[in-house]
Amino acid sequence: MIRRVLLIAAALSAFGAAKAGVLPDDRADVLYHRYDGGGVTIDGPSILVRKKAGKSLSFVGNYYVDMISSASIDVITTASPYTEERTQWSMGMDYLRGNTTMRVNYATSEESDFDAETVSFSVSQDMFGDLTTLTLSYALGDDLVRKSDDSTFEAPLDRQIYGVGITQILTKNLISTINIETITEEGYLNNPYRSVRYFDPDSELGYSFEGELYPNTRTSNAVGIRMRYFLPYRAALEGEYRFFTDTWDIESNTVAFSYIHPWKEWTFTGKFRYHDQTGAHFYSDLFGRSEETNFRGRDKELSELTSYTLMMQAAYEFLRDDGNDWGFIKRGKITASLNLLHVDYHDFSDLSAGQPLGEEPLYDLDANIFQIYFSFFY
Amino acid sequence: MLTVVVLAGLSGCSSIEPWVKPYERDKLADPIMALDGDPVSTAYIQHVYEAREGARGGEGAAGGGCGCN
Repeated sequence: MIRRVLLIAAALSAFGAAKAGVLPDDRADVLYHRYDGGGVTIDGPSILVRKKAGKSLSFVGNYYVDMISSASIDVITTASPYTEERTQWSMGMDYLRGNTTMRVNYATSEESDFDAETVSFSVSQDMFGDLTTLTLSYALGDDLVRKSDDSTFEAPLDRQIYGVGITQILTKNLISTINIETITEEGYLNNPYRSVRYFDPDSELGYSFEGELYPNTRTSNAVGIRMRYFLPYRAALEGEYRFFTDTWDIESNTVAFSYIHPWKEWTFTGKFRYHDQTGAHFYSDLFGRSEETNFRGRDKELSELTSYTLMMQAAYEFLRDDGNDWGFIKRGKITASLNLLHVDYHDFSDLSAGQPLGEEPLYDLDANIFQIYFSFFY
Repeated sequence: MLTVVVLAGLSGCSSIEPWVKPYERDKLADPIMALDGDPVSTAYIQHVYEAREGARGGEGAAGGGCGCN
């Protein structure tokens, strides 16, 4: 019983905050992640290995797993708890020539009822004495949606992602980046399992459920700005802002502030993030009758909501590049972080208590997101 | 084609004098100033936000994955 998978992921992470004239460091990361909140537990590993070959090529591979155990508010309202596993592989190559870096990346994701593939390309160019890096990117996604209780159901979903990014050194202490992304999707955008609620005077609670029906196209635009400043003492401050809008009438503003403070072998980071969005035009917590509108949805992620995240992170560098006896490994660090996420839904009722129509409380969600990972540089 | 045109156009501006000299960039080279020093962790947390919120993209590095119910 799932879901929507977005492989926008691997595509956008391949673009990153690019530096064109230098290949990324050789490194290996082994990460364990755990999300626990709203009746959902998702955990698993992520392993990344990056290695240069000569002076102009760098290869990267990533293996990522989500092991899902869900008894979320959606599931307990209209379905049964389930367990599921999603596996994602990606591989990519960076090619450096002069001040230009070209990247290609391929990612594939599999689960029992959703397959996704994405190919992405980007080119970055350092300019103006390496003060400016311009990145242009494109990604093409090809998904296949199935349904676990209907072996005949199969629906495609195609996606294209266009991106432009500029990373700019502004002063000796200040660096900034701006990213603009347009994502177009066409195909089956529904969740094949989720239901909407409609007024039904003949039912005991006053409402009944029927399947969702989404438009089969969606185009979104997002612009994000980040600035990081080196403070008068050795510490950094970062501010971020993102504006998002799409053809489903979702509009959002996201703001975040971070403080990074090194101390001896430690680096501590604190971050606060605020996100506020309007709901999709076809979203309703309660429709007036069955099949009231052409399109209808009750996905709480498409509703009006506000989310708050507090992040605390500590990293310890246990191995330094000072002639250590770890062979080819120059540096090593361990990092642990905890994100406390709270989401207030302004138009999504909590039906789990089975209260009569009009007396349901609004739903809210608290989640703990934990990560621990080792990073080795060689 | 667009890439070639844009890059060719911008190359004409290469005579602009950099106002932060290479030897003045020691603070910017400090690891605490890296915009994406932990790519695996960044991709994961963006993946969580994409699953829990209706917005996506525009953040320079994003994660993919499941928007589980």
